[in-house]
Amino acid sequence: MNSANNDIIQSIPFDVDKIRAQFPILNIQVNNKPLVYLDNGASTQKPNSVIETTNFYYSNQYSNIHRGVHKLSQIGTDLYEKTRLNFQHFINATTPSEIIFTKGTTHGINTIAYTYGRKYLQKGDEILISGMEHHSNIVPWQIVCEIYGAILKVVPIEQNGTISLEKFKTLLSPKTKLVAMTYISNSLGTINPIKEIIDLSHQNGSHILVDAAQAIHHLPIDVQELDCDFLVFSGHKMYGPTGTGILYGKEALLDALPPFEGGGDMIKEVRFDKTTFNDLPFKFEAGTPNIAGIIGLNAALDFIKEIGLPQIMAHDKQLLDYCHQQLGEIDGIRFFGTSQEKAGVVSFLINEIHPYDIGVILDNLGIAIRTGHHCTQPVMDFYNIPGTCRASFGIYNTMEEIDVLTNGLKRAVKMLS
Amino acid sequence: MKTIDEIQNEIIGDFEMYSDWADKYEYIIDMGKELKPISGALKIEDNIIKGCQSRVWLIADYENGKLNFQADSDAIITKGLVGMLTKVLSGHSPKEIAESNLFFMEKIGLQEHLSPTRANGLLAMIKQMKTYGLAYMTKEKMI
Repeated sequence: MNSANNDIIQSIPFDVDKIRAQFPILNIQVNNKPLVYLDNGASTQKPNSVIETTNFYYSNQYSNIHRGVHKLSQIGTDLYEKTRLNFQHFINATTPSEIIFTKGTTHGINTIAYTYGRKYLQKGDEILISGMEHHSNIVPWQIVCEIYGAILKVVPIEQNGTISLEKFKTLLSPKTKLVAMTYISNSLGTINPIKEIIDLSHQNGSHILVDAAQAIHHLPIDVQELDCDFLVFSGHKMYGPTGTGILYGKEALLDALPPFEGGGDMIKEVRFDKTTFNDLPFKFEAGTPNIAGIIGLNAALDFIKEIGLPQIMAHDKQLLDYCHQQLGEIDGIRFFGTSQEKAGVVSFLINEIHPYDIGVILDNLGIAIRTGHHCTQPVMDFYNIPGTCRASFGIYNTMEEIDVLTNGLKRAVKMLS
Repeated sequence: MKTIDEIQNEIIGDFEMYSDWADKYEYIIDMGKELKPISGALKIEDNIIKGCQSRVWLIADYENGKLNFQADSDAIITKGLVGMLTKVLSGHSPKEIAESNLFFMEKIGLQEHLSPTRANGLLAMIKQMKTYGLAYMTKEKMI
């Protein structure tokens, strides 16, 4: 450690080394260099507790849930439902029925897009999204708009990667049935003023879905206080297993929506002349779910709760500030997403160097960042760039790793210029 | 004229002197810098091979029973790699190109650049070059 600011390091609110010790993958070498993992916006690594919980479940407790009277089925069901209660309390949902397990954020958005579309969308209705949405919060709406003749409207982004509430207001119309907006931008790091956006949507008589994929492990979320209608996020970005996620919806709204997928678990009675559907939350959980994943996700949530969101937020902010400061000293660097309210995502380009080239050199130095459009092509089109390099932080990242990144980038620039 | 395999073996020989990854990449970057860019007028949609991240342009010319390739990319490392591929395949008959076995990338330890997750357009470019080979083989038979 040479250039890291000692004052900043000393004020880190928890012992990063202790955290790192819980993540076995952080000990590996990539291309003969110690791994520096800065691609947390795409997915986070998994702590021992998550790996062991999943492993223990498969080794000692596994069977299908919700149907068997046998002991193992009861154990599995209990663990699965415990996860639901844990999340209910974590985001302060009113009842466990409002917590639907999904495969991830994309699955959650598709569930709402298709069922909401079927129930409410008519020709000429409008869905309002923002210019910084992930493709997952664009494409499902495009598809359902096409099916029902609805119109997709987009709030443009500003140069600093924020959206203007004034412009948002002008795009809300009597025809706006639903607003779908991200809480934190995955490519720019912008934290949107989601409470204002929710209130304005409701004042307009519109429903609102919040994409919290990047927010759930960064900001405390209280769905009753936010008053959002739907909120979705993934397990794998919050240190949990892949193929897991949560869809929150207000009970009355979820009750009113038709089921999305048909199959086991979501039915009450099946007859050839008429099938009746199960109650919430099972109405939206067709088929055998990712049981082990959901049980592992409970361990991920406990892990986050144990560290504490305020501590995680403070750590994220310190890494973000230090990264901006260090990378800012590289000649020719341009940052994309310079909002005052920002999470631990740093998107940048250096001179005219293609992000792919930088990604390849950094990979050889053991540094994992993301390069490309980050599933937000409209954002890249807005800035008229092919993509960016993106470093995104997790709770195990250190100031020293930012130094390794900075030095790696300097070396890449030297090689590629 | 050297065969496709002889040119591949030459490149493998060039790389043998580099033990360090950085030297290898310096070589590729130099190849990229030296490769004559395709003029803007030819960088049209018809000639583009879209990778997820870097874009590759490829033009094929058939003359006197041989196919010649010109290629370009917006990323310099990709450009160096496409330069190596055109060096290996250009100037050979459509049949030789269609039936070629490209082994040099793996031998010089750069096979990861051919992984679909790299999304750099290289795999699609190789496929396109071989498709040109097949197409001209068919054309030759018809003449």
